[in-house]
Amino acid sequence: MRSPFRSFFRAVDRGDLRDALALAAAIAVVGASFGALAAAGGVPPLLIVAMSVLVFAGGAQFLVVAVVAAGGSVVAAIAAGFLLNLRLLPFGLAVGDTVGGGWRSWLVGAQLVTDETVAFSRARPAGPRARAAFWVCGVLLYTAWNLGTIAGMLAGAAVPDPDAFGVDAAFPAGLLALLLPGLRRRDARRVASAAAGLALLATPVLPAGLPVFAGLLGLFAAGPPPAPETPPATSPGTEA
Amino acid sequence: MSWTALLVLAAGTYALRLAGLVLRERLHLPARVERYVDLGATALLVAMVTVSTLFDGEAFAGWARPAGVAVGALAAWRRAPFILVVVLAAATTAGLRAVGVA
Repeated sequence: MRSPFRSFFRAVDRGDLRDALALAAAIAVVGASFGALAAAGGVPPLLIVAMSVLVFAGGAQFLVVAVVAAGGSVVAAIAAGFLLNLRLLPFGLAVGDTVGGGWRSWLVGAQLVTDETVAFSRARPAGPRARAAFWVCGVLLYTAWNLGTIAGMLAGAAVPDPDAFGVDAAFPAGLLALLLPGLRRRDARRVASAAAGLALLATPVLPAGLPVFAGLLGLFAAGPPPAPETPPATSPGTEA
Repeated sequence: MSWTALLVLAAGTYALRLAGLVLRERLHLPARVERYVDLGATALLVAMVTVSTLFDGEAFAGWARPAGVAVGALAAWRRAPFILVVVLAAATTAGLRAVGVA
């Protein structure tokens, strides 16, 4: 059996590593703001760290802390967090082949399934490069999120509002950049337009998490699959 | 917030992630269904982008954030490097906020 580590490191693209580091830097800032916010909300330090280590889902973590801080019940907070994380199941389904086979990959890789790692690995050619991208991105983001949480918790009120740095715009823009190459496919473009519209309409009326699933209804707009294996080299001038 | 609550959320979240990965292998999806799984991930991610660009909870997020995302999107469309996309988006939003645009 060949060493999985050696072939893994050979497959890591330098550019992919750089891009993953950029995402990790942004994640660390958000993690710091989570740590500071949770500490300000009176969550015990060990619980804050455990939350980032064990849940590793920023949106759900912020939501749970916000619901509890606003005086909501813990059961409501957990339900809201779980609802927001429901999308992780179809994400796992989508990157199952990328993460790798076997229980060892699944058990560790599962914790690294996030919006960013899914988008990041799907933006690479399928195979070893996508697999390496998933793991590199996942490990870097996981490390950055948890170190950020600890730093933010310790710094407390000294942590500036990440909105002042525009970090809240960096994530959607980054995800979009990762999605764009896939949208060259006509059926993906139809699904994407419908998904964006449906999520937009659903957000004001449905609880957090469900509008994203409303976007899944955009699949009905998929239409026929693109013509199989059209050689792109023979059709110059059709780009963009 | 208690340890019980945290562990329930953590276990539930982990189960969702693991179920997806394991099901992919166990279900032996036909190619036609695999196409929808893949398009489904696109749909979910695009929906995430839409919601996180325009909303804070259920309310409009203000103009600074979508403006930053739009600049980032334009840069990505012009095939700018990923880091530049992220930095341009953040800088635009931060700049707008610095001059008082919410």
